[in-house]
Amino acid sequence: MTISEIRAQFPILGTQVYGKPLVYLDNAASAQRPVSVVECWTSLVQGANANIHRAVHKLAGSATEAYEGTRNAVRDFLNASSSEEIVFTSGATAAINLVAFSFGETFIEEGDEIIVSVAEHHSNIVPWQMLCQRKKAVLKVLDIDENGVLQPSALEKLISKRTKIVAISHISNVLGLINPVKEIVTVSHLFGVPVLVDGAQGIVHEKVDVQELDCDFYVFSGHKLYAATGTGVLYGKKKWLDAMPPYMGGGEMIHSVSFEETTYAPLPGKFEAGTQNFNAVPTLIPAINFASACRNSADVQEEQEAILDYVYKALTENPRVKLYGLPRQAKVPVFSFSVEGAHHEDLALILDKMGIALRSGQMCAEPLMDRLGETGLLRASFAPYNTLEEAKYFIKCLDKAIDMLI
Amino acid sequence: MTLPDKKQQIIEDFSLYDEWLDKYEYLIELGKALEPFPEEKKTEDRLIKGCQSRVWLDSELREGLLFFTADSDAIITKGIISLLISVYSGRTPEEIAADDFGFVAQIGLKENLSPTRANGLVSMIERIKEIASNGR
Repeated sequence: MTISEIRAQFPILGTQVYGKPLVYLDNAASAQRPVSVVECWTSLVQGANANIHRAVHKLAGSATEAYEGTRNAVRDFLNASSSEEIVFTSGATAAINLVAFSFGETFIEEGDEIIVSVAEHHSNIVPWQMLCQRKKAVLKVLDIDENGVLQPSALEKLISKRTKIVAISHISNVLGLINPVKEIVTVSHLFGVPVLVDGAQGIVHEKVDVQELDCDFYVFSGHKLYAATGTGVLYGKKKWLDAMPPYMGGGEMIHSVSFEETTYAPLPGKFEAGTQNFNAVPTLIPAINFASACRNSADVQEEQEAILDYVYKALTENPRVKLYGLPRQAKVPVFSFSVEGAHHEDLALILDKMGIALRSGQMCAEPLMDRLGETGLLRASFAPYNTLEEAKYFIKCLDKAIDMLI
Repeated sequence: MTLPDKKQQIIEDFSLYDEWLDKYEYLIELGKALEPFPEEKKTEDRLIKGCQSRVWLDSELREGLLFFTADSDAIITKGIISLLISVYSGRTPEEIAADDFGFVAQIGLKENLSPTRANGLVSMIERIKEIASNGR
């Protein structure tokens, strides 16, 4: 698959903003959707729209098949050992909240400790804080070095007999560094502590094998992986999911209901209360297929490496720019930086008028901004449909914007 | 210059630029030209909520006229508040409170900012109106 073949699958990439060709570099916030995803959605809405799992009629059967078929596809994509370990959620945030609540109900007591890193997205901080407030538990913070790199050895010092879970991102949405999650899992397991990996960014850039990684939970959102919004996945080891109580009560998550006693459905239905997002969940299949095809495409890999090299070099060589998330070896094409003497908001406003969509601000990671001593950053995040030509245009426009401001 | 004349002048100034980048250049110049704002005045009560960048607005009533000073850590935002100040500073609270701030729409400023930033602009206008209504 060549880059131009890929771009042809994303009609939005051919559009213009303010009369300039759109250069979409806000992929870490949400990716664009290929035609295959849109068509999947349309064909389900137009041809197989019925509530799943309940009725005996034909449409309900087709919708259920599409939904459960997706569970199997996600199981294979993550190499989970069983489909029971795949729970659909509305996104990574919902998945973390589910674990924080249900795991917390069973396993967290007063004085227990939960470890997160300072570089986490708010979605992997606040649910744990809320749990700590409910249970009078303690949230401990794993630091990074000045380049943004996590140290598994620091985890060994932080972990204690009271630590009950470690929650860590696979790749930080700000730093764009691949964290040593395998080592973090190994260290945590030495102490008998389970690990939740926030894969919102990781699933986009890395091949994930949950059995090889041996993590206890892995979560991600569909919309960052080219699927429909409102889709998400919680992978959990069966032993944990079995031991956790339901998060929400309602339809389909039950075995039997009476006013005296209600019993719950087996996995994974126990965690899927109410009508599920059955039109959108199956879009994960074309999305996964697209992501896999990109990983297997030499053209894409070559272009991504070229973009990484080019942007990394341009940003690190500019004396006004401070790029976070070094070194190059562990980096994915997600670049967050500040510019001396120019506010991130001003730069984003000017670049927007040049057709470039990127993110400015705190990127849902205020503790990390405080740690870096920044009020906000500018972030350019690339996807497989971005080209080296776009990267060069971005750098050229950035220089022009800086000149305008200084 | 009367308030209607001043607003007309700004509308004409803006119409000179076809490209939004040029309009930004103009706002950047306005921002840079804004007189220095004392650090000790950058307090929580002078901070305008609802902006992505930080904006402080201070006011003083002298001989029945309201005078504004302001600052922001982002230069385009500073240019926008500078523009508002240049229109409304040195007028009576009654005149400001009665104004519809319609010229902002006429120069297309609000439409050309993203919703979060447009909210910031609305917050700035509301703070100016609030100050004028309170007559301080």
